[in-house]
Parts: sequence; structure tokens; C-alpha cells
Amino acid sequence: MRYGNLIIAHSPHIDAGITTQKIMGHVIIALLPALVVSGFIFGMRAILLTLVCIVFCILFESLFLRVTGRQDSINDLSAVVTGMLLSFNLPSSLPFWQAIIGCFFAIVVAKQIFGGIGNNFVNPAILGRVVLLISFPSTMTSWPLPKTGFLHSDMATGATPLYELSKGNLENLPNFSEMFIGLHGGSLGETGALAILLGGGFLLFTRIITPQIPLVFLGTMGLVAIVFGQNPLFHILAGGAMLGAFFMATDYTTAPLTSKGKIIFAIGCGFLTMMIRLFGAYPEGVSFAILFMNILTPHINRLTEHKVEGVA
Amino acid sequence: MKGIFAKHNKGVELLDHKNTKNMKTEPISLPDKVYLSMVQHIGLRCNPVVSEGDHVDVGQPVGDTDVVFSAPIHASVSGTVVKIEKIMSIMGSMDRHVVIEADGKQTMWEGVKPPVVTDTDSFIKAIRASGIVGLGGAAFPVSVKYSPKNLELVDSLVVNGAECEPYITSDYRAMLEDTEYIIEGIESVMKWLNLRRCYIGIEDNKPEALAKFFKALEGNYHIKVVILKSRYPQGAEKIIIKETTGKVLPPGKLPADIGVLVSNVATVGFIGKYMQTGIPLIEKRITVDGGAVTTPRNLLVPLGTPIYKIIEACGGYKEKPSKILMGGPMMGRAIYHDGKPLIKNNNAILALTEKEAFIEWESPCINCGRCIRACPTNLMPVLLNRAYYNNDFMEMKRLNVQACIGCGCCSYVCPSKRMLNMVHSLGKSKLKEMEKKQ
Repeated sequence: MRYGNLIIAHSPHIDAGITTQKIMGHVIIALLPALVVSGFIFGMRAILLTLVCIVFCILFESLFLRVTGRQDSINDLSAVVTGMLLSFNLPSSLPFWQAIIGCFFAIVVAKQIFGGIGNNFVNPAILGRVVLLISFPSTMTSWPLPKTGFLHSDMATGATPLYELSKGNLENLPNFSEMFIGLHGGSLGETGALAILLGGGFLLFTRIITPQIPLVFLGTMGLVAIVFGQNPLFHILAGGAMLGAFFMATDYTTAPLTSKGKIIFAIGCGFLTMMIRLFGAYPEGVSFAILFMNILTPHINRLTEHKVEGVA
Repeated sequence: MKGIFAKHNKGVELLDHKNTKNMKTEPISLPDKVYLSMVQHIGLRCNPVVSEGDHVDVGQPVGDTDVVFSAPIHASVSGTVVKIEKIMSIMGSMDRHVVIEADGKQTMWEGVKPPVVTDTDSFIKAIRASGIVGLGGAAFPVSVKYSPKNLELVDSLVVNGAECEPYITSDYRAMLEDTEYIIEGIESVMKWLNLRRCYIGIEDNKPEALAKFFKALEGNYHIKVVILKSRYPQGAEKIIIKETTGKVLPPGKLPADIGVLVSNVATVGFIGKYMQTGIPLIEKRITVDGGAVTTPRNLLVPLGTPIYKIIEACGGYKEKPSKILMGGPMMGRAIYHDGKPLIKNNNAILALTEKEAFIEWESPCINCGRCIRACPTNLMPVLLNRAYYNNDFMEMKRLNVQACIGCGCCSYVCPSKRMLNMVHSLGKSKLKEMEKKQ
């Protein structure tokens, strides 16, 4: 038998079998432990808020793609990741309509109008959170206090450990085992350090992310804390540092491409976070630090371009 | 961190699929017609030196040219020249082919006798007359490679037995079956070109070949066997030079510029055999594999045999082939029709099924940096891709696209299935065109 009309393509003719969808799927799996812990700590409202964010991120993305006539890319699951990450940065008591505004800014303003996946210059979830923080300061900073167990509606609100620290109320700080499990006030997905570590470990193990950013980010924070006479472990476990280091700063598109660049980026993130925490007006600075370093990323990329061996 | 401190080849790990590694090379039954292309090497095309109706014997030259940068082409069967026609070759250009109808007698041409070599010049002359080109895949005329301008500065020969492409086992079989010829070939190259050292690089997934060479070279201090890690593209010229000699080959330079000559094991094996018998390059050891082939095997095939004849020798197609590759899956060339004839630099034919040939459509780049981590030459394919789609060829030049060796690691690891390797090829040829215009 003779055959014509065969497929013509440029080499290579095989691939490693990894797709954008699989990568996003891994990130979603890695975020699940933190979500479950959040459900235990802050109740059903936390899960519900996460679902609202996911649904509206998908909705905004698909609407935008349809209106502008772009190729449908919902299947890559990136909108689900953005929705989850955004909700993890919100207090579980935030009104739904405010969260939906955050979704709009994350998906439409930060991501789609700059060209969609791979073309945004800031992390969509972080931009969504910062817009909400500036627009609705009261609801965005009233933190429900943990009450272990699902299904309870009325919640007391209180301060986060970092707020207590900035006010100098050292006797109100939680102990380290509480901080490790996440039994303190804060955004719904950021308090459970152990769960985040588990998810981050999964991403490192499956090589979805490389270790440079999380290690250097947290390491820099610890060093700065020591220099200013504070407890480094407290700063690493408090606020959004763990979530930021493993899930937000490692976003492919808005972090530098090379290992060298990633290290510079992570040093900047860790240093700025501590500067805001210690000297800024806000008690927490992870979002602002990552946002700022996102904007510097193209320049870091330019400075850390690889050199080809043997080229003068 | 590996990216910064990597001393060894970055590349990618591949499933080796060496299904045919235990299959002995067997000669194929003689085809009734062979189609000998006049372009089977890099360089200038040959002109037919026979005419329609002539009788030719095995090993008789049928194509040659006065230009040095070329290699003559010899009849692979005895018989009658029935036609000289222009058809599209595997390389994609319209070339003259000498069509010989075999008479089945395989009578040897009276001009075939062992070459008389007395010095470097006569050695190079003999090499050119043999029609040998780089059998690793590049098809660079060996006589040109072995006569660099600065031969006195060249001191090492690197013999490439890495065979890092999946599926292909023809070099491995050559190393097991032609060990003596390979060593004799190395010795004659070293003798006539005054080389002091030789490194044979073999990947560690071929322990039998390594053992055979270690045993055969016991006590020989001029030829060193180097065990290479199995990691694609270990057999790329630039990479194997670095892994064996430690020297860095700057882009745009020839290995001879840094004192090294690189040849494939099959090439030196041929030279060893040619020095004894004088039979020019008329047949090729190839691996036939892929999901669409009934019984994958290693074959010794006369040049010019149509692909479908070779597949028939392997029991034909098991199912409809979707893609047929000349060479391995990482760097092989996809052909559009299986009636094309075999040429000198082919070392494998892979017939892939629809499932094996399937690669997802491109989606937007997510800047994950996997291509950067995989690139063995330290390029940044993600930036090259962006520059290409911005039509910014100067930016591609600044990013050293010309240093790309075309190994395809970047496309292989890309989660968005960007055709990065193709973009590099297009960028390189565009830049070449722009330089010509100036």
C-alpha cells in the first residue's frame, strides 16, 4: 500500500504531554487543602465566597471573550485559579457584590484588556484585591474570628495578628501552633500555613513551580525581621506571606523568566513586604509588594537575559 | 538554580522507545528500481554522468561534479538507467533523479578496489571518491570536513555514538556489529590527519556497546570511550564536543576552529570498511519503527529504495500512517508521500499512527520559562517567539537565534504547544536572506 497526503510539520514530532490546562489543574488541586482548612476555620461562608468568585471569574472571562470575538479559552482553567486566589485574599464576611466587583477588575481590567492569558502585566487576583481594599476599607478589614466547625452564621470580628503587632498589643498575638494551623483572624485562604505548605510542596514536587521564588521571598522576610529585631517565624506565618510566596508571586506571566531574575524578584517582594509591615500605613504588605515587583518584571527580564556560550 | 550553574547539557529526558535495539541488521531484498537523487548532501548538486539506456554496475559513479563542496553518488544496484527525471526529493526541492532498473545480478564495477593512501592528500581524495557524507543526519561532505584550513591545529577526533533520538537504534547496531570497522576507521582518520586523541561518546543507555568498546580498546591510550548521560540532545555536535573534550563551540564556528573534528560512528565505520574493500557508499543501515509498522526492525537498504518498499520489508503497514518521518521524532523530517527514495543521511524511517502524530493546537504563551530551562544552548525561546511575531528580526539576532541547533527541546516541553523550533528556523533563514541582500 502506498500513502500520500501525510501530515507535514516542523520537528519535533512529539511533546512532553503537559498543557496549560494541566498546569492550572495542578494549581487548583494545590489550593484545595487551604480551602478545606478555611471551611473549618471560618465556616460555610468562606466556601460560598470562593464559589462565587470562581463562578463570576469564569462568567466575566467568557462574556469578554464572546463580546470581543476572541477564541474561547475557558478550558485552560486560568479563570478558576484567579477566582480561587482572589477569594483566598478576602475576609470571609465580605458582601458578595463587593467580591463580584473584585472579579471584574481581576479578569477584565487586569487580564483580558491586556490580551488575556500570558499577557497581563500584574497578577489579576492581586489587582482585584487591591482595588477592593482601597474601595471598601471597612468590609475588607473586618476579619471574622475563627470558630472551628462548619455551619455557623453570626461571627465576631477582630484584628489580624499583624494588626495587633502594628498597634503594639503583643499580648493578643496567637501562639505559633495556632498560626501554623490558621486559628486567627485573616483573609479566608491565607491563615492555614500548614495547608498552604502542603499545596506549595505539591507544586514544587510536580515541578509546576521552581523553588527560587518561595524560598527567597520567605527567606528575605525572615532576614529583614531579624535585622529589625522581630521574630522571623512570626512574620513568615502571619498575613498573606505564605500564600503570596507559593501561589501569587510564582505566577508565570508576572514573574521573571530566568532563575537569576526570579531571585531578584523574590528579594524585592520579601524586602518590600517587610518595609510596608514595619513602616507603612497598612499592617500587611504582601499584595502591594508583589504588585510593585510585577511592574518591574520586564526590566528584571531584560537585565537577566541568558548569554549564549561562546558569544562575545 | 541548575540554569545558572549547569555544566552539563540541560536538554530534556525522553522515553527512549528503542524497540529495535536487539534486532540484528538484515539486508533488504533487492528493489526492482532505485531512484538516486543528485542532491544527497549539503553543498552543490551533482550532475548525472550516465545517460538513459546505459548499463551500470554496483559502485559505479552516476552523479558527480567538479565543485569540491559535494560528494559523488554511486549506483546502488546493477542494471540499466531507464530514466533521468526531475522529481521532488525528501529535502523539498525539485531535483534530478537517476532511475536504475535492477537486473538482480549485483555485479561489482571494475573500478571498485581498496584505495591506495600514502599521505593526507590521497586520503582526502579517497574519502571524496567514496561519496561519504556525515551519516549522523547533517550530510556534510566528509572530504570537506576533513580538509579544514587549519588542519595543523586540529588535534582531536570526536566520534559520536550518543544516538540520543528516541526509536533509532541503527548507530547502536553499527557499534555492536561493526566494532572493528569503527576502530579501524578511527585509526586511519587519526593516522592520515595527524590527530593525537580520539573520544568516542556513547550514552549510558547502551551498556552493551560501551562494554564492547571498552574491551576492544583495552590498553589503547589514544582512543578514549566517554560515558555520556542519556539526555537529549547529547549527540548534537556542539553538546558532544563539550561533554567529551570540555571545549565550547561558539555559534557560527566550525569544530575545526577549536581543534576538533566530529564524525558519527556510522561514518567512521564506513571509512574503516571502505579502506579495506573500496566499496563506496551505496547502502545505509536504518531503523524502521513507529506504531503504524507491522514489525519494526533494522535493515541494510540500498540508497534510492522507495520508502514504501522498505516498509513492505517490515511486513507493511499495520494501520494507516498519519505521519512518516525520515529520522527521529525530535529532529526528523516529515514527508508527504511514501514513494520518496532513501538518501544518504537517513538513519530511520518512522511511520506514526494518527494517535502518535497528534499534537494539540497552539495556545497563548504563558511565560512559564520551561523552554529556557530546556534549551541546551542557553537561548530564550519565549523571547524569540515574541520577537518573531512582532516581525522584529533584529531582536531575534540580538537574542542569538543563529546559535539555535534546532534540537526541538523548547517545543517539546512547551505547555502551550508553541512551535518554537519552527519559529527559530524561520528566523534563522530570514536573517540569512537579509544578510545576503546587504
